[in-house]
Amino acid sequence: MDPENSQLKSKGNFRNKYTDALYKWLGDKIFTFVVVGLGATIILVTLGMALVLFFEGSGALTEFGLFGFIKGTTWDPAVQMVFGAWPFMFGTLVTSALALAISFFPALAVAIFSAEYAPGWLAEIIDNLIKLIAAIPSVVIGIWGIFILAPWLRDSIYEPIFFWTEANYPDMLHILGNPMGYGMATATIVLSLMILPYTTALAKDAIKAVPRDQREASWALGSTRWEVIRMAVLPYARGGIMAGAILSLGRAIGETMAVAMLIGNKNTLPFSIFGAGATMPSVIVNEFREAVESLHLSSLMAIGFVLFLIALIVNLSAAYIQRKLSIGGGQVV
Amino acid sequence: MNFKLETKNLTVKYGEVYGVKDISLAAPHRSVMALIGPSGCGKTTYLRALNRMHDLTRVANVEGEVLFEGKNIYDEDVNPVTVRRKIGMVFQKPTPFPTMSIFDNVVAGLKLVGIKNKTLLNEVCEKALKQAALFEEVKDRLNTAAVSLSGGQQQRLSIARALAVEPEVLLMDEPTSSLDPQATLKIEELIQSLKKDVTIIIITHNMQQAARVSDKTAFFYEGNLIEVGKTKLIFTSPEKKQTEDYITGKFG
Repeated sequence: MDPENSQLKSKGNFRNKYTDALYKWLGDKIFTFVVVGLGATIILVTLGMALVLFFEGSGALTEFGLFGFIKGTTWDPAVQMVFGAWPFMFGTLVTSALALAISFFPALAVAIFSAEYAPGWLAEIIDNLIKLIAAIPSVVIGIWGIFILAPWLRDSIYEPIFFWTEANYPDMLHILGNPMGYGMATATIVLSLMILPYTTALAKDAIKAVPRDQREASWALGSTRWEVIRMAVLPYARGGIMAGAILSLGRAIGETMAVAMLIGNKNTLPFSIFGAGATMPSVIVNEFREAVESLHLSSLMAIGFVLFLIALIVNLSAAYIQRKLSIGGGQVV
Repeated sequence: MNFKLETKNLTVKYGEVYGVKDISLAAPHRSVMALIGPSGCGKTTYLRALNRMHDLTRVANVEGEVLFEGKNIYDEDVNPVTVRRKIGMVFQKPTPFPTMSIFDNVVAGLKLVGIKNKTLLNEVCEKALKQAALFEEVKDRLNTAAVSLSGGQQQRLSIARALAVEPEVLLMDEPTSSLDPQATLKIEELIQSLKKDVTIIIITHNMQQAARVSDKTAFFYEGNLIEVGKTKLIFTSPEKKQTEDYITGKFG
């Protein structure tokens, strides 16, 4: 038998012998089952939580109606037994949005510095410090805020502003509120500090993901460093940066412990700048122990449900913005 | 000083690895010099040393001199940004800025230096696009996104963008490798007409292209400059065996 034919023959053998093996899908089936099973579990758990919150909160929601509950400005678990979520929604939205507004540009600046300017070792140090801030437990930040930051803010910032306003524009005092140190302003400042690492880390990822040829194209036109960043890097990274900012907003909305410790916990509108306020998470953590009346408990659950919806909306809009603004659809050879 | 751009003993190292070694080469005023050689022979490394693009990669280390009109661009008192304004570059891959329109892409370099005069920008844009043989195809949609163009059109857009800032030297790294023959022909015609006031250094894997467009050809192999001379001589009677083997297609 000449070598060529023997080779052909063994090839034929291989085919015949292993055809079945190619179609043995058992491993595939098991793998698919495990992956789909685990994936479905996550979805089911999330849906289950939403459903439980909804059913537990349905007592309050039927009593006041969903929109009545959202719009209601009175939260009185003691006398009238009337529950409205608006003061807490207002507190949550204002503190979170302002915290993002305060921290966004510093975070972007740190991200740009660490990604574009800093030498490797310094970038490494910055990144680790940022991660460290993110890793500090919220309750530790809270206790630091109570004993160090809030008194300092009260003595060196709030009171001077308050007394100056009192002397010059006494009519405006009700907007400023009582400068005791524990209130909306302090909570917002601490929140901005707490979400800064997230905005920074996500912005840095987005900046790092800008392809090299984009930067080089800009360098080759005679751009300075800042011009490269402005012309090539930031426009390319804008989707990731914006999505990161909105995810940070989501963190701020859900932040509980530090806010509850620092916001002063006042359940009735109007809130003032320095004065006490409350957020949706803070009212839940403050009152769940005392909620003996079923309507009270159900109202707290309903707040949880609304918070869940807000978090969902925030995450979906982050995903939408990322898709809308991100680059990559273009035809590039 | 007859040379526009000249390198003396230029060595580029990536860490301990040599990119190119000891290259002394000169491009005269208003001429086209072609760099040929197999992939990985150091052509691109050499080209990128000529407008200090290696500054941007921390691992690359450039030794030797690059003389632009007699002045070493690696001297301490030279600003690399100014160097790159005068020595433009076209890359192998098209690199339009994806968030910008066609018009904004072409005039990006002008806007950088603060030119806001709309009429001037329009003029420059039209001229650059015409030079890059793209104007007819895009004249009705200058304000649409640059990424909506085809790959070949994007490459001509990148060339137009480099031309809009009127560089004195234009470095081209395989500018036509993503273009069809017709657009390639137009770019080659462009190179010929640009020669009147621009010095061009072009990397190409296309031997016919090197023969058609260049006055001078340099053959690189494994980081070394093997042979350089008038294009006609290189392609008709090369001195070195390696050059002959390469241009006749025996390797590479």
